[in-house]
Amino acid sequence: MSELLRVNNLTKRFPAGGPPWSRRHVAAVDDVSFSVARGRTLGLVGESGSGKSTLGRCVLGLTAPDSGSVVFDGMDVVGLSGRALAEFRRRVQPVFQDPFGSLDPRWPIGRSVRESLDVFRIGTPADRNRRTLDLLRRVGLNPALAGRLPAHLSGGQRQRVAIAAALASEPELIVADEPVSALDMSVQAQMLNLLLDLQQDLGVASIFITHDLGVVEHVSHEIAVMYRGSIVEMGDTDQVIGRAEHEYTKTLLAAVPTLTPPPAQGESLARSQSERDHPQL
Amino acid sequence: MSPVLNISGLRVRFDARGATQAVAVDGVSFEVGRGELFGLVGESGSGKSTVANAAMGLLPANAHVSGKITVNGREVTELEDDALRAMRGKEASMIFQDASVSLDPTWPVGAQIAETLRAHQKMTGRAAKNRAIELMNEVGIPDSQRRYHDAPHRFSGGMKQRIVIAAALANNPQLLIADEPTTALDVTIQAQVLRLINSLRHQHGTTVLLITHDLGVVSQVCDRVGVMYRGQLLEVATARDLFTRPTHPYTRALIAASPAGAPRGARLPVIPPEWSVESLQEAELLRADAPLARIDASHE
Repeated sequence: MSELLRVNNLTKRFPAGGPPWSRRHVAAVDDVSFSVARGRTLGLVGESGSGKSTLGRCVLGLTAPDSGSVVFDGMDVVGLSGRALAEFRRRVQPVFQDPFGSLDPRWPIGRSVRESLDVFRIGTPADRNRRTLDLLRRVGLNPALAGRLPAHLSGGQRQRVAIAAALASEPELIVADEPVSALDMSVQAQMLNLLLDLQQDLGVASIFITHDLGVVEHVSHEIAVMYRGSIVEMGDTDQVIGRAEHEYTKTLLAAVPTLTPPPAQGESLARSQSERDHPQL
Repeated sequence: MSPVLNISGLRVRFDARGATQAVAVDGVSFEVGRGELFGLVGESGSGKSTVANAAMGLLPANAHVSGKITVNGREVTELEDDALRAMRGKEASMIFQDASVSLDPTWPVGAQIAETLRAHQKMTGRAAKNRAIELMNEVGIPDSQRRYHDAPHRFSGGMKQRIVIAAALANNPQLLIADEPTTALDVTIQAQVLRLINSLRHQHGTTVLLITHDLGVVSQVCDRVGVMYRGQLLEVATARDLFTRPTHPYTRALIAASPAGAPRGARLPVIPPEWSVESLQEAELLRADAPLARIDASHE
């Protein structure tokens, strides 16, 4: 399996108050290393403030790390500019939680998808409308919706548009930050199916960032658990879910509500040992 | 024993722009007995929050309500504003998803709990303060004597929700309505807050109506569950029955669509189109004759 992305000892600090002459800093991402192979999915799971989104932004080249490196297919992403940066952006595409934020509210959705084709000069200009409609079909949207504005669509449909726009440039890596968290249960299932299909058909690698262990377990080949800026546990999905070693991973697993009602009412959600040890959780 | 909350034939319509009307709740009936934790689950737009707001008399002026809602035997829809104000926070309290919106950002949290006490009971300032500190202790705020004076921004999301719960339960109401109380919280904190709500209702015999979109949440703490879909209550069952033998096809589809427990990487069974709010919406959208904008407009 060939390696597509490698992150080495990445650290990103943010100022956290204090006067200018002795500014305190908090490390949102603290010495993190991992790699993603072509066509594989890495699930990055953690609670709010664990640094998972900052890590995603560093991989996308949207946030510059303080130290460490992000190497995509042999090239260092930090400090890319000009044509090399444009090419990197074509090959690595984001999908965010709130498609309302990533789609222009005054543009028909077809135009938002087409923009990627225009920017990256994919196909002939005359061909791009057809490609746009193909992409919409590919993500399960009726092409007749191409002329509608984002506000006319449901949350799930908007997220499909965002995925179509991300796929337009035929990327090799997709960084999806909580792509299904804002969706209803029934829609979430459809979206997970879509992401799995796309992965199988197109062989796109992805980093799937989420707080939801149930979702991450379903879609990922490997899982990395983040806690306070560090990856505390990483490995094959089976190993992390089935034989978690780190206390924090165990706490997280214990807290996930299952669909099986507890034997005696109120017996579930038992307070785990680690939770007593980590009252800050 | 008479139920604490009794809703029968509830129908809520909203006047929308122009002549169109939206039916949010379409003939819903159920009752919640004393000390029971009843979960109302549904997807967005199913009307679950409208039911909760109707029970508290919190619907806006463009809502038309018919049917009966009784809290503790009193008909809520017939109460005047004054009577409603006296009821809220004393007989029935409500908590919401975002605790920081429920709390005044400029006030010490303890004073906000004390205010709830003094609004409904004859109490000296000192007594209210002491009681507020006790309540903070009870919901698990460490060092509550000192933290009484802290403003809301000094607390984490989970701690803020605990403070809101303390204020809601300050006057020992019969009924607590919790609308997505843990949706904004991390899973480990969600488990703590659910445990807190569950143990408080056992201690005080409070009846709880828990509104949520999360099947996992209802399966863990609820005694009985009602499933809502497009304004209707499709089925009511004990939590155990609902998850082991759901009777309604929509409930079955919703449970099957959950990734928890499904084989990894396998396609999840999707909700059939006739039950999918999204497909129905798409059909409506394609029928609507809104002008189709051009998509090939180049970016000048």
